[in-house]
Amino acid sequence: MTGSFWLPDGASTLSSEIDSLFHFVNWASIILFVGVVVAIAYLAYRYRRRPGGPAPMRVKPNKMVEISWVVLPTILVLIVFNWGFRLFVEQSVAPPNAYEVYVRGAMWKWDFEYPTGAVTTNELHVPVDRPVRLVMSSADVLHSFFVPAFRVKQDVLPKRYSAVWFEATRVDTFQVFCTEYCGMGHSVMLASVITHSQGDFEAWLASAGVDEDTPLPELGAQLYQQQACIGCHTLDGTEIIGPTFAGLYGKTETLDDGSTVVVDDDYLRESIVDPNAKIVQGYANVPMPAGYTGLSERQLSALIAFIREQQ
Amino acid sequence: MTEDIDRSEAAQARDAEEHSGHGDYITHAKSIRSWMFSVDHKRIGILYAVTAAIAFLAAGVFALLVRAELLIPGETFLSAQSYNQLFSLHGIVMVFGFIIPAIPGFLGNFLLPIHLGAKDVAFPRLNLFSYYLYLLGVILIIVAMVVGSVDTGWTFYTPYSARTGPAVLFLAMAVFIAGFASIFTGINFIVTVHKMRAPGMTWNRLPLFVWSIYSTSIVQVLATPVLGITVLLLFLERLLQIGIFDPALGGDPILFQHFFWFYSHPAVYIMILPGFGIISELIATFSRQRIYGYMAIALSSVAIAMLGFLVWGHHMFVSGQSVISSVIFSLITYLIGIPSGIKVFNWIATMYKGSISFKTPMLYALSFLVLFTIGGVTGIMVGVLAVDIHLHDTYYVVGHFHYVMMGGTVIALLGGLHYWWPKITGRMYNEVCGQIAAFLIFVGLNLTFFTQLVLGSRGMPRRYNDYLPEFTFLHQLSTIGSWIMGLGLFLVLGYLLVSLFRGKKAGANPWGGATLEWTHTGPRPDPHNFHRTPFVTRGPYEFDRIGITHTETAEADRDADPPDVVLNQDRT
Repeated sequence: MTGSFWLPDGASTLSSEIDSLFHFVNWASIILFVGVVVAIAYLAYRYRRRPGGPAPMRVKPNKMVEISWVVLPTILVLIVFNWGFRLFVEQSVAPPNAYEVYVRGAMWKWDFEYPTGAVTTNELHVPVDRPVRLVMSSADVLHSFFVPAFRVKQDVLPKRYSAVWFEATRVDTFQVFCTEYCGMGHSVMLASVITHSQGDFEAWLASAGVDEDTPLPELGAQLYQQQACIGCHTLDGTEIIGPTFAGLYGKTETLDDGSTVVVDDDYLRESIVDPNAKIVQGYANVPMPAGYTGLSERQLSALIAFIREQQ
Repeated sequence: MTEDIDRSEAAQARDAEEHSGHGDYITHAKSIRSWMFSVDHKRIGILYAVTAAIAFLAAGVFALLVRAELLIPGETFLSAQSYNQLFSLHGIVMVFGFIIPAIPGFLGNFLLPIHLGAKDVAFPRLNLFSYYLYLLGVILIIVAMVVGSVDTGWTFYTPYSARTGPAVLFLAMAVFIAGFASIFTGINFIVTVHKMRAPGMTWNRLPLFVWSIYSTSIVQVLATPVLGITVLLLFLERLLQIGIFDPALGGDPILFQHFFWFYSHPAVYIMILPGFGIISELIATFSRQRIYGYMAIALSSVAIAMLGFLVWGHHMFVSGQSVISSVIFSLITYLIGIPSGIKVFNWIATMYKGSISFKTPMLYALSFLVLFTIGGVTGIMVGVLAVDIHLHDTYYVVGHFHYVMMGGTVIALLGGLHYWWPKITGRMYNEVCGQIAAFLIFVGLNLTFFTQLVLGSRGMPRRYNDYLPEFTFLHQLSTIGSWIMGLGLFLVLGYLLVSLFRGKKAGANPWGGATLEWTHTGPRPDPHNFHRTPFVTRGPYEFDRIGITHTETAEADRDADPPDVVLNQDRT
């Protein structure tokens, strides 16, 4: 494990200040806790009931003691509040020159749309040493965008924008979690933030979204990962959340209403863009998210080609 | 007719004579009907105890299953769907079936009237009605969840909960019904404390347990209706398709969170305040010492009950509520930390110059002080605006509230259960087993939840049925901790059941307590508690004034089951 005992390595401009505040509160807590435990242990030992020991004696409450244990903690928490408040304002207000990326959360994947129109799924590419502001909304239920290394988190809501900003300080790959419970695929609603140096980022952006030369099955394999199909559909025959892709193509499936359907190109296409149209028996309680309507025809063909290959 | 609290030999002899031929609250009537339709607060308390214990057992097993699934990364024996249903069941049954009703329903019912010197609560029939509402609520909750595969977590956040079918509405109805049980109990207790106190039982002679139940009742009466309103709005939205919470209809999901936490944050104090009351009783009795800062502890409960209504927004720092709201909620959250701190300091100071015995109930009280301090300081941590952004919805929060709920409320309830066990059942339990179990629970609890604090601050989100490999070691420690805790709890269940049938007969006052249930009732109280209304002339912790001193019990204390404390008889 990297980082300190309590916190993973920070990688944003604000993370070290947030960590200092965390450690301040943590050490104050530890000191208070040790004080409490020592006091309990001492009193418990010193005044333990034993034959021949002293009888209990009335204790006259001491005003100074009582006032001090009201006033001192109050001062301490007000210091902590003030510190947390000032940092919170910094966290809440993005610098004006921030690079904006639009984030769309959907059950159970993250789409990132850049100012150039390029879109990536489950991979957010950003430059280092430049503030990045994410403008986020959800396609369905609540999600929450959490990057532990940047110490940022913000709920993502349907029909409303929320925003979060950070400035990454080093080139690396960082974990993104969804932290607002969103159903079956909540635990696989993961993504990465990939940071680039300024020059590399420009180069990446110029090539992003261009896939005209990739053969369809190969593009399909990439989409299988990027579009998070992998979270529910395996390639090795095991059934997790949705039907496996292994041997799927050409198979005759029984639907919920008892009728049957042959898995062909048309059925696959319909199942991707309108997953509730024909549900295979046993999967009625596991509706596939409707977040795949935005795929292009080429992407759909690529996915179908990829599924066809899984025999 | 009244009687002085310090009893003469003649009075005791007279009592003994009157006892013969009547039987105590358990033996005076034995039919099933006499239990199911009893309006005796003590019997109703026992009905609550049995129901809540079953709910705790079920919800506890759900938690063990959840932890077992997390032992190894990847899906092992639970699918994602079953995992989500199980943690939802754990939370909902624990909260609404156990932790909210358990202490007020069980110990509150059993003790409140006796502590006041009263025959019963103010409205005994309403009390029985409350119990049946609660029972119905719990049964409906479990039926709705199992039949309807509810997987929303106990927070029911919209719009996710709006997509999960009609079972959620059914479940909401069940919570609505259980809510009324809570409201009626609250009203009942408030009236009882105001109107049913025995002569001489002034407000500053109330046992601190009564103060805590009184504060809890205020919260129950004021906060629970908001839960009911929220549930009704969910119904209206679903049936009439008017947008309230669901954005698809033009509603606002953050509004739901405000409503939810407006109830559920005060509900956290419904859960913990009665625990505070128990701890005050335990520390006083087992230290043979007057509570240090009686009024400070009593009034801090009331202060917590009031301030508890003004901090709900601290659950929503990353929800999208306005920055200024978050700042205000954070500030008030710190203010509520102060009265909780005052209590801990006062409890510790109570031990000063006392005569401290380490019987099982006191071990739980000392565990509570340690665990609740961790729960408290981690609460300060998640109240820090900038830091909560990182910690929100991670295992840190899970660890924090389990330190408060399990390390606070459940430990206090276990302490109270052991303390009042002889009074309730008339029998003693095995002290050695009791101490071993208390130790196992303490160790297991820390192993389970301290690791979760670290998991959370390192970035592990909550409500995940799978995790990245870097979190494996800590998850495994946490699961092992849950087994140790489970072992301790099953041990408690075991020796308490044995004690019911084979435990040694307990005396009327085995611990040397000074509240009325110890000094003025038999080993098990009579159906109407007291033969004569007690006349109270002293505070609840004046051990010296009823002759319970250190020297008289020093010898007895080394026995597993001490004989009765001999009461001083020269003060008539």
